Amino acid sequence: MCSRSLAGSAVMAMLLLSACQREQRESRGQPLAETAPTFVQLPSVLIAGSQPAPADPRGKLYEGNAYHISEGQRLFEQFNCSGCHAHGGGDIGPPLMDDEWRYGGQSDQIVASIAYGWPNGMPSFADKLTEQQMWQIAAYVRSMSGNVPKDVASSRADELASTPPLTRTPQQPIKGEPGGGLQGVAP
Amino acid sequence: MRRPPLLIAALLLGGCSGEQSALDPAGVHSGAVLNLFGLFFWVCLIAFALVIGFLVIAMLQARRVDAARSERSEHDAIASRLLRGWIVFIIAGLLVLTLGSYFTDRNLALAAPDTGQSNRVPIRIKLTGQQWWWQVEYEDPNASQQIRTANELHLPVGVPVHIRLESIDVIHSFWVPNLAGKQDMIPGRHNDIELLPTRAGHYRSQCAEFCGLQHAHMALDVVIEPMADWLKWRAQSLQPAKAPATAEEKAGYAYFMEHQCSACHSIAGTPAFGTVGPDLTHFASRPSIGAGTVPNTRGHLEAWIADPQGMKEGNHMPYLAVPPDKLHALGAYLRSLS
Repeated sequence: MCSRSLAGSAVMAMLLLSACQREQRESRGQPLAETAPTFVQLPSVLIAGSQPAPADPRGKLYEGNAYHISEGQRLFEQFNCSGCHAHGGGDIGPPLMDDEWRYGGQSDQIVASIAYGWPNGMPSFADKLTEQQMWQIAAYVRSMSGNVPKDVASSRADELASTPPLTRTPQQPIKGEPGGGLQGVAP
Repeated sequence: MRRPPLLIAALLLGGCSGEQSALDPAGVHSGAVLNLFGLFFWVCLIAFALVIGFLVIAMLQARRVDAARSERSEHDAIASRLLRGWIVFIIAGLLVLTLGSYFTDRNLALAAPDTGQSNRVPIRIKLTGQQWWWQVEYEDPNASQQIRTANELHLPVGVPVHIRLESIDVIHSFWVPNLAGKQDMIPGRHNDIELLPTRAGHYRSQCAEFCGLQHAHMALDVVIEPMADWLKWRAQSLQPAKAPATAEEKAGYAYFMEHQCSACHSIAGTPAFGTVGPDLTHFASRPSIGAGTVPNTRGHLEAWIADPQGMKEGNHMPYLAVPPDKLHALGAYLRSLS
């Protein structure tokens, strides 16, 4: 009897605690920038004949955390990403909520796009955002196409939205060759 | 055993003095409300004393009446007279409180500069609450006469102030206890509040609506000064930022402009025009850092830049990993912006 109730409460505690990770607030970033490996690698599409690099493990950490995604959502507005990409639907910049990715749809590839920019309009934010902020924005961008766990995605848009909340966005598999949209460079 | 009452009294009285107290009015509104508070206090105190007095008398009388039942009718006559007096007191007291509230409210409404009753032109300020600081904008039809600052409110004595309260994220509440009551700042709409300072001094305002992690560290320094001093402050604030003079300040200026600082902060007269964080044009003349979190000293400033999350965790300034020599240069440059 006693052992069963003990086991029951242990299961309950595990269930409750398992939800803690998604809310953890790492206000300084993890790992600290000064102990982190070098800055995000240049995307492999720029290096002729190179194989795509393995995905940076930091991408998964940021994508699995509700705090980072909500910070990304705030920064997306504050740094006027929506000025070109609208709220993910695309305007003079490409849409971010579909399955088409010109320069790669993994978190580290999105971070590289934010950091270095691309021809025909995407500016470089390397000296405007910190590395952690770029990871946060990348995680939020990934949530637009349903590529983050449903329990960490933002349940409420900051603006008037005609689409269902991001918690109900169906997952869009990443389509399109990285570099496929690169103009003047053979993929 | 004698210590606890003393301690409690000291704690309670500690709220009476100081820079954040509704009992130490520095404005017309808080003064009027304090008078009203005084009226309520005395009327209610008298009523309370009478109730307790009657109760004590009744308890004492009960024993005597038991002893001498024959005197009962005489006691009843006294009691009914007292009861009539009590009813008169209740009616008069409630009337005094009602009329007091009414006239206080009417007087304050008439004191508002927007009713046309006042011939003084009010100072117009837009105050925007955000997590977790205050953006202060002195409005003027002439754009060159507008001032933008943060976390400090300079007001002259004797001039009405009209503040337009807004919020960009969640509900905050503007409250300077020494000047007036609370008024909420609600995202998507604006509220207005009128102030009329009467006494110079340094006061503290505190966000009065829970607004997230650092709600407790969302304070506003309110400086009320004589008109001449206020005009001097205004003239100084209308100037663009000082150019860096020493080699260290120049290095700090270069770092500020070339790195993330300028993406969020603006300094008038330089290429830094970010609007996400507080304006730093006259940063060194402000009394505190981080919306009243710590005093504005070079030590606190450099500690803040080195680890913005150390003193006020969760605030929106990111960890920047500034190298030590650049940190001192930034400190020197920002402290020169008086």
